[in-house]
Formats: sequence, C-alpha cells, structure tokens
Amino acid sequence: MKTDPREIALLEGLAKNERQAIETIYKQHYNMVQALIINNNGSIDDARDIFQETMIVLYEKARSGTFELNCLLKTYIYSVGRRLWLKKLQQQQKFVPEMNGIDELVPVEEEIEAHGERNMEFQTMEKAMLNLGEPCRSLLDAFYLQKRNMTEIAGHFGYTNSDNAKNQKYKCLMRLRKLFFAAFKNTL
Amino acid sequence: MEDLQILDAIERYLRDEMNPEEKAYFEQLRKTNPEVDQLVVEHTMFLQQMDRFAEWKNFKSTLQDVHHQLLDNGDIKEETPRATVVHYLKKYKRVMAVAASIAGITTLLIAGAATYYNRRASNEDLQQLRREFKQEVANKKNEVLNEVNQKMISKAPENAELISGGTGFLIDGKGYLVTNAHVIKGGSTFVVQNNKAQEFRAKTVYVNESNDIAILKIGDPDFKPQAVLPYSIRKNSVELGEPLFTLGFPRDEIVYNEGYMSAKTGFNGDTMTCQIGVPANPGNSGGPVFNRNGEVIGIINTRQRTAEGVVFAITAKNIIRTLETIKKEDSTLRNLKFPANTQIKGLERVQQIKKIEDCVFMVKSY
Repeated sequence: MKTDPREIALLEGLAKNERQAIETIYKQHYNMVQALIINNNGSIDDARDIFQETMIVLYEKARSGTFELNCLLKTYIYSVGRRLWLKKLQQQQKFVPEMNGIDELVPVEEEIEAHGERNMEFQTMEKAMLNLGEPCRSLLDAFYLQKRNMTEIAGHFGYTNSDNAKNQKYKCLMRLRKLFFAAFKNTL
Repeated sequence: MEDLQILDAIERYLRDEMNPEEKAYFEQLRKTNPEVDQLVVEHTMFLQQMDRFAEWKNFKSTLQDVHHQLLDNGDIKEETPRATVVHYLKKYKRVMAVAASIAGITTLLIAGAATYYNRRASNEDLQQLRREFKQEVANKKNEVLNEVNQKMISKAPENAELISGGTGFLIDGKGYLVTNAHVIKGGSTFVVQNNKAQEFRAKTVYVNESNDIAILKIGDPDFKPQAVLPYSIRKNSVELGEPLFTLGFPRDEIVYNEGYMSAKTGFNGDTMTCQIGVPANPGNSGGPVFNRNGEVIGIINTRQRTAEGVVFAITAKNIIRTLETIKKEDSTLRNLKFPANTQIKGLERVQQIKKIEDCVFMVKSY
C-alpha cells in the first residue's frame, strides 16, 4: 500500500517532537481509539492512557529511523491501541471481550514488546528518582532532564558556586545509579 | 572523592569539554586502566538512559498538554459514559451472561447427576420380564390347567384375574421367597407354584420398588419347610466371563438356561445391577442367577429392548443389603436366615438343578 506523503511528514515531525505534528495526529485519531476503549469495558481515563501510550509507541518507532509505515496511519494506531488495551485487560484479569470495530489490523507485537520493556525501564528510573529525595531529585532533574547549566542551577538552589553544586550533583548521581540498578535487577 | 572526579571527567569527556591535552591524557587512562574504561562505558549508558528518560517524560507531558488544549478547543471530545447502571449493565453484560449460563449448566448437571444415580429402569429402554396375563388367555389357560390338574385344588382366589407372573426363590427354608417388586406390583393376592404344580398362598413381607426387590412369605399349611437350602448367596463380586445358569418360569414349566457374566454394571452404568449373557423371557423376572458353585449372584429383572441378549440382574450384594436392612427394621424377621454355604458345589449340573428346582417357584399375582 502506498503511504500518504502527508502522513510520512507527520511522522517526521513527530520524531522531532514537533508540537504541530503531535497535535495533528492527536486530533485525527484520538476519537477512534477512545471509541474502541469505551466500547470494550474501558473508561475515559483508560482511553486517554491507552491513546497516549500508543502515541509513545509511535514516537519511539518514528525516532528509530527504521520505521516504514506500509499501511494507513489510522490502521497502525488502531492496531497498537487495540493490542495495548487487550494487554491491560489481561493484566487486570478482566473479562477480555471480543474486540470489534474496523477489522483491518497490522501485526504490532514487536513494537508492543519493546514498548513494554522501555516502559519498565523508565518506570524504574522514575521510582529511583522519587526515592532519591530532595534536593537531589530537583538537582538531577534540573541538570539532566531540563538540561539547565550548572551556574544557573547553583544560583537557583543557593549554592555558593557552581563547583559546590557540581559536587553535590555527582553525589546525587551516584546514589541514583545505585537505586536504579538495584531496582532494575529486582524487576528483571 | 576520586569517583566524583572520574564522573566529572567522564561527563566532560562525553560532552567534549576537555582541552586536547586533558583529552589525550584521559584517553590514555582509558586504555591503560580497564576499570576506568568500564566506568566510562557504564556511565555513558546510564546517561543515555537518563536522556531517553528525559525525552520520554517531556513527550508525556507534551501529550497531556496537547490533550487538554484539544479538549479546550473542542477538537476532541471525551465521550461521557452512559448512566451508571446502564453502563455497568453493559460493562458486565457478558460476565453476567457467563455467570448465568454457568449457573444454568450447573443446575442441569446436578439435576442430570441426580437422575443418573437415581436411574430407574424406564419402560422405553428396559423390559421387565414378568408375564402379563390377558383375561381371555388366562381363562383359557385356567381351563386347561383345571382339566390337567383336576385332582389338584387351586389356591387361586375365586373370580380373581391373574395379572402377572414371575419367578421367585427361597432365601430361608421356612418359606421366605425373594422376587422382583415389579412381579407382584398391582396384585393383591399371591400364589406361588413349584415345579410339581403345587400351589401355595403367599403374602408380601417387604417391597422395595426402588431396587426392585420384594420378599414373600409362604403361609400355607401344605408347605413343608426345608431345613437347609442347597445354595447360598455370593457375598463377593463375580468375575467377568464366569459361567452362570438360571432357573425360571417363562412358561408354566421350569426352564433352565445358561450363560456368562457380561458386565459388572447394568443399564447405563447402574451399579445396582449387572449384565448377564443368559437368555431371558417374560416370566424369568425374579429368577435366581447361579454361578457354577451354586451360589446366587443375582436376580434377573430386566432386559434391554433395543439390544439383543442384554439381560440385567440385581446383584447379590443388593439382596444381602436388603435382607440385612429388613432384619433390622422388622422384629418378626429377625430370625431370617439366608444360606451361607452352598451344598451343591462340585456336583454335576443335572444334580445341582435337581436340588435347586424345589426351591424355585413361579409367582402368580392376582
């Protein structure tokens, strides 16, 4: 099937984390996924979670550079969302309904599996960050996640100079690594 | 402190913030010190992980942002769930349907199991082997009998119709007979007749229609009690293929038949009965089934209509159980003795029959 060039452009935008692309995809496909979830024992919140996870799968896939969309974006999103929802239902040990809707599906098992693994890593990281406590969490968040520079951070957190802040940051980083690897080993 | 310095160095190295001199030194250090090298690789991976984590978090918050923005703009709509009850009804419709079907199936199964274990021989599948006497035939027969046995006084009640007939056999020499409950069903007066055409009046002592066993007592002054019965009732189970023989009254004459043990259970797995491969006809009902030692192993009661040569007999265990029950229940029957040892073991069949035939009676129900 020939892919719509507009959809390819959308995916390229998504890969670059362009807000316009995200909004467009969101607008076009949210209602479809929501209908799928709501009609299959899900709530509004479930619908939002599943759609956003689907977007993350799509985002990771688009960024990987190896993604070839050889069906409609709509079909792909539907397939991923459906698979994610089935998985969630199984985890909650709810009765799994026969999903009906548009029947056209594409295989997405690999994506879902990779997504599950990544999700576990990120959640481990998030937990480790939470367990770190203040001021370490904010300090690392500012430096590694928000990528602010050290002088700015020193001023913000009230360190006398950036070297002090740096030392503190490294100590925090050591602790985070310990927490992360300990938790990661446990989950594996 | 050293660790911190190394971490700092690694980060600066990765961010390419080192001056060439320092960089060369650090690269040299990596080459010579595997521990440092290992640390560099590990930390690089960890930092990548952090980066991806940061992107993931950012993307998530962007998504939330977009979601709210689109909601506010009315570009997407959150479908409100239907009224709660209806919603739950719909949500659990399948679960309820499944639960209801399980309940239904369970009920059916229990009911099915109950009927299965309570299974009575239904008339459609099984034929009870009693002789039915139709009025005209009976009259004619009586005339003939009267002619033949002119000298004999019939014990049959006057003006009474003969309803049915079967076979019975003594279980106590004092005159207690076992037969099938269905043989005497519907009758009010019972006459038993031996192979010499002698008739004795009998009355019912016990009837159990559920396991089709009835006990009659000959209460006739002409009856001479027997001190010892030639046969016994077998307490243990019977092996498949064991040779068996029966005596009964499908006619007015005693009839001998032989066969074998076919199956340990009866119709549809009924454990109260067993299947035997012995020809049996109406009138054989209530007749004893013997093994070659002269032990009673059962009472013939039915045959399958839809199959050839499939005859069922109430097991001896059942007889013993019934006898023990009534001995407890009825104080007048406390002295009831059923034979424990067979007297005819090892005898030739002809001799065995000669001993047994005096103890087997035709049961006539008026």
